[in-house]
Order: sequence, then C-alpha cells, then structure tokens
Amino acid sequence: MADPLAGLYQELILEHAKLRSGEGEIDPFDAERHLKNPTCGDEVTLRVRLSETHGEARVDALGWIGQGCSISQASASVLAEQAPGLAVAAVRERIEAMRELLRSRGAVEPDEALLGDAVAFAGVAKFPMRVKCAMLAWVALEEALDELDRH
Amino acid sequence: MTTAIETALTEERVQQLRADFPILAEQPGGVPLIYLDSGATSQQPRQALEAEWAFRTQRNAAVHRGAHTLAALATDDYESARERIARFVGARPTEISWAMNATDALNSVALSLGEANRASAVDPALALREGDEILVTEAEHHANLLPWQRLADETGATLRWVEVDDDGVWTTDALLALITERTRVVAIAHVSNVTGQIAEVEPIVAAAHAAGALVVLDACQSVPHRPVDFRALGVDAAAFSSHKMLGPGGIGVLYLAEALGAALPPARVGGSMITTVTMTEHELLPAPQKFEAGTQPVASIVGLAAAVDYLEAVGMPAIEAHEVALGERLAAGAAAMDRIRLVGPRPGAERAGLASVIVDGVHAHDAGQLLDAHGIAARVGHHCAQPLHRRLGTAATTRASAYLYTTEAEVDRFLDVLSGVRAYFGAA
Repeated sequence: MADPLAGLYQELILEHAKLRSGEGEIDPFDAERHLKNPTCGDEVTLRVRLSETHGEARVDALGWIGQGCSISQASASVLAEQAPGLAVAAVRERIEAMRELLRSRGAVEPDEALLGDAVAFAGVAKFPMRVKCAMLAWVALEEALDELDRH
Repeated sequence: MTTAIETALTEERVQQLRADFPILAEQPGGVPLIYLDSGATSQQPRQALEAEWAFRTQRNAAVHRGAHTLAALATDDYESARERIARFVGARPTEISWAMNATDALNSVALSLGEANRASAVDPALALREGDEILVTEAEHHANLLPWQRLADETGATLRWVEVDDDGVWTTDALLALITERTRVVAIAHVSNVTGQIAEVEPIVAAAHAAGALVVLDACQSVPHRPVDFRALGVDAAAFSSHKMLGPGGIGVLYLAEALGAALPPARVGGSMITTVTMTEHELLPAPQKFEAGTQPVASIVGLAAAVDYLEAVGMPAIEAHEVALGERLAAGAAAMDRIRLVGPRPGAERAGLASVIVDGVHAHDAGQLLDAHGIAARVGHHCAQPLHRRLGTAATTRASAYLYTTEAEVDRFLDVLSGVRAYFGAA
C-alpha cells in the first residue's frame, strides 16, 4: 500500500523533528512567548532577540524549547533555521505566507522562493486538524514581535 | 464486583447489530471506518434516530403545559422516556432529571451544593465550610474535577485526592484511608475514561456514608457499557451522557437519590419548576421538576430512551461481556509490544473495554494520524485528564475504546497498525 501520509510527513519534517535546530534558551532576549495547543498538548516557549542595522530591525537570534508532535517540533526547527538574520518585516511576511498556505486546504501553491524548506509543510494544509501544530512556533514568534512593536 | 459470566455477543450478532448503525458503512477518509472512539462519543442506531424523528414529526409539543391533545401525547412520551431511563439505571423516575450532558450534570450538583451555602438557603446538612473536605481521584476527567475545585474555592473546603500509581491506577484502600469525619463529598468516576479502571463503588459508599459524606459518581463510562443500578450501589448522585450511549448529543442525565434530591436546592431557577411565584418569592416543585428550569430538549430525551430500549434489547450483561473481552484483547496486545506502554490495569486485571497507550518516541498525535490514514478513529490527547497524564509523564496518550458494535477484527487491525507506528516515524 502506498504511504497514505506521504503528503503530510515529508522526509524533511521527520528529519527536523529529530534535528530540533535552534532548540535551547537564548539569553539575553527581547521577548518570550509560551504557547500551547490545548487539544493535543503541544507546547513551545520561544525567545527572540532583535538587532538594528541601518535603522532596520532584524532577528538576531531565536531559541525555543518545546514538546509535542513531530509537525509542531519540526516547524519550530525550520523557523529557527530561517528567521535569524532576516528583517522583522520579512519574517512577518513569511509567517503570513505560511499561515495562508496552511489554511488553504491545498488551494495555494507554496512559494518556495519565500518559504524555503517550510514548503515541506504544504501537505499539512490537507489535514486541518494539524494546522495549529504547524503554526505553533510561528504564531509564538509573531506574538513576540507584536509585543516588541507595542513597546 | 460482578464478573462477566454472561455470554458475550457472537460475531454474527455483532454483524447484525452493525447493520443498525448507518455511519459504520461510511468511508470518511476513503477507507472503511474502524470506529474505536466510542468512549468519546458513540454512534447511533437507526432505531434511536427514527424514534427522535417520529417524535419531531408526529408528537412534538411543549410538555407539562397546555391542554391540547398533542401536548398530552408529547408529555406521555417525555415521562415514559424518564421512566425507561430510570429503570435502566435502577432509579425511580423522580430521581432522574435532565442536563445538557454529564459535565453539566456534575456542575449542577456542585453548584447546588454551593447554593446550599447561601445565606438565604443555608442547609446545615449540605453546606460546606472551611475544614470540610472534598475527595476525588487523580485520574478524574476534568468534568469531575473542576466543579469540585471551584466548590472548594467558594466554600473554603479543601480538595483532596487519592494518587495513582505509575500505571495511572488508584486503590480502594488508599481512597478509603482518606475518608475522615471532615469528608463531605466523595466524587469519583465509576470507570476511568483513560485507564479503564473500574471503581469498587460499594465499599467507598459504605465508608463515605459512615463518615456523613455524599458520594457523587461520574457514570459516563459505566452506564453505556455495563449493567448499573444506582440504588443498589447506594450513591447519592450520578451523571451520564446520552451521546456516549447511542443517544443524541445535547442531553445528559442527573441522578439524585431521593433524600438528596429533596434536600438539594436547584442550581438554576425559572419556568416550569414552581408551584407559586410572587414578585419577591417562589415555591419550588418537588424533584425532579425543580431541577428542570425551562424547556427541555424533549425530542433528544425521546431519542435517548429509544437508545436505552435498544441497549436493553441487546442485553447489558452481553454488551459488558463483549466489551470486557475486547478490552482484554487490546490490553494484552498492546502490553506485548516492544516500547509500547500500556496505561491502566495490567492484562488479566479487571478493566473496561478500552485501552490507552504511550508509544515510546512518537507523539500521540502522530500515532493518531497514522491510525487515521488506515481508517482507524482512535482518540489521541489528554482525554480531559491532564493531572493523570502529568503523573504518567506524558502530555498525551492514544486510546482505543470499544462498544457493542466493535469487532475483534477491528481491535486486531488497531493493534497491527499500532505495532508499526515506531517504525513508520523512524523512532530511535
């Protein structure tokens, strides 16, 4: 029987679930968010530190600790590989693109140029119960950036 | 404790019964459905669906009011439903009142006990005070924990609990040791929705009553699956949900033993539950009406009564025997697997027709996704029992729960896919 879940559990996702890039606490940090997915118990605590170059805010470092399903942990790992070095505005653009992709139920073509490895999560779009898992760390980062915007 | 000496349902009989459940022929994921989530919500037979449809299309009217013929017919159906449901659980009809679901029923008991503390309604026999204790188990469903947390908080009483062991099991002796003169309420699940442990109710009731405490039974996982007689058990209050016993959603049942029902103030007041109302005061009808403010979901109650008729026709002892055998098959099968941890009583020990497992190195949601891909609807998560899962050292477990329509082949298929979960996810 063909793998019925091949679209969901891309090799890259299973690899990242084990790799856990960026796992750990960073200190100092500018903002921290702790998010839970109450239906399944996924948890992530994410810290972000910003720097400013040429008047533009950038993600300097990002660290996370968490537990949960492979989708939630892999997406935190992919995010932690992508975000450092990016301008805050660019990070926000990626988070929005990721959200749009995952909520599309497969209707949106993934933008590989923008999302990089995160396009591996395109298959999640066909499993609506798992969208929250895949977005958990990304939403944590978004909320951390929102908090910094307010200050 | 009763043992399942009754003859279980034959394979042929189970196949006959399955034909009554239209949804079992569905293929929601494009593969045949293997429904192993009856512990969360059960499926409905045609007979219950048709009874509800017949009521809605032929007898629907407001009950206990109005003088027209249709209202009389509706009232007959409504009270007949109460009688049949009461008989099913060994209760008198006056001891049965309606709730939205079991959570609502358990909340009602706790809220009513809180109401007994109000200045205008202080009932010294029921009021809780600082120094009093409410006793639960560490394995409770949140529905039988949060209402007691809040009642303790509001009254100054102390919430205590019997701890579970590494398998998630508590012992009767440990619970009995916590019952003291200070204990006012003992609230426990008859059958755990996670571990399948079956509580020994009789000695707990005896000790609680000797100490002057009430016993509240969460019967959600027992009433649908085995013969239960509340009066024989001697509990003071009990709750169960229609949607877990072949009935429609949105209706639950609250059992209040006669003495408690007479003494307990209602949590909600309003229409249909009074004798006389003035601008400043009201006089309540006796139980059960005083616990039924407002219009009740009559068609759903009729549907639940039809579900009860169905269960009785099949025979609760036979259903129990069938499910106990499936529970043992699940437990034995899971326990024999490498790096799969069975939660709850060990194989061979008494358990209900369900089993929860922890797959080493694979999160329950990933395990559930693979099961789902094979058409297997199992439950993954904390099953509304976070303290129990915390004690087990995991955020989530994977649970298979059986009912009268579950086959051995379905259980075996679950075990087969479960045995491949670690390899599929490349767990180290």
